[in-house]
Amino acid sequence: MRLLYLIPLGLFLFFGGVAGYMLTQPKQTNIPSQMVEQELPEFSLSPALEDVPGTSRADFTDGKPKLLNIWASWCVPCIAEAPHLERLKREGVEIIGIAVRDRPEAVEGFLSRYGNPYTRIGADDISELMLAIGASGVPETYVIDGEGNIRYQHIGDVRADHVDLLLEKLEEAE
Amino acid sequence: MRLLTALLILLAAPLVAQSGMPPAPYAYTQLEDPALEAEATALMETLRCLKCQSQSIADSDAPMAGDMRHQVRSRLLAGESPDEVRDWLTQRYGDYVSYEPTVSATTWPLFAIPLLLLALVGLVLLRRLGRRGTDEDAEA
Repeated sequence: MRLLYLIPLGLFLFFGGVAGYMLTQPKQTNIPSQMVEQELPEFSLSPALEDVPGTSRADFTDGKPKLLNIWASWCVPCIAEAPHLERLKREGVEIIGIAVRDRPEAVEGFLSRYGNPYTRIGADDISELMLAIGASGVPETYVIDGEGNIRYQHIGDVRADHVDLLLEKLEEAE
Repeated sequence: MRLLTALLILLAAPLVAQSGMPPAPYAYTQLEDPALEAEATALMETLRCLKCQSQSIADSDAPMAGDMRHQVRSRLLAGESPDEVRDWLTQRYGDYVSYEPTVSATTWPLFAIPLLLLALVGLVLLRRLGRRGTDEDAEA
């Protein structure tokens, strides 16, 4: 019977221990999309720039895997990933850009300063496509296979050591 | 003059920080039908903002939360039920996006443990009170 009194103390120590352990763990803020391994939803976005075409789901179903890059001219990490997207472009990867809540003049300014790795740029003024594919922030990069299925999601800016991983994922999607 | 410039820069900063785009049509505009707007509000209060993480989309002023409110309102207006809208979002973001608790393979202990503890307390009380009752009987 005396042992029963130890239960509350044990529970307290258990919860205290869990709380203490969790405090020492880095905060996990990425929200993975549940749309990976599912079909890219139907969408159609008007061009974000006059001289670069907009994009729709049909652009992702020509048999060739592509990258879908969600970015914005107002997004600071997007500046950091620009040279790495440029390298992917040089490797022969087709990157289709989605400019989130962006103005044409701002998009143009960003691309003239940091380069344009995109073949098409759609304007997602009210996060329609972002919400449809489960993206929770900018930038995010998706590998889409030739049949229009989402195969991989990269959250945050693409860094130098992510380039090879993305190339690998594109090859897997072949 | 320098102070004035500094003040102006402080005022200007928030304009540069955000995209400066007009919000989605239904981000800050209520639906005309009050009953439908009440449904939308109730739903928005139980949907989690993805950018601000500890607020509902009804609470948050983040542009993304505004875009989510637009989705909620325009989908309800198009005839979807609140549950369908919630399901549409959880299909994309998982349980993370919903503040409404559901019983699932991972969450059932949260519902079972309080019941178990209550049952335990009841059992202990019953035994103690029951014993006291018989003690008093014995003394008398």
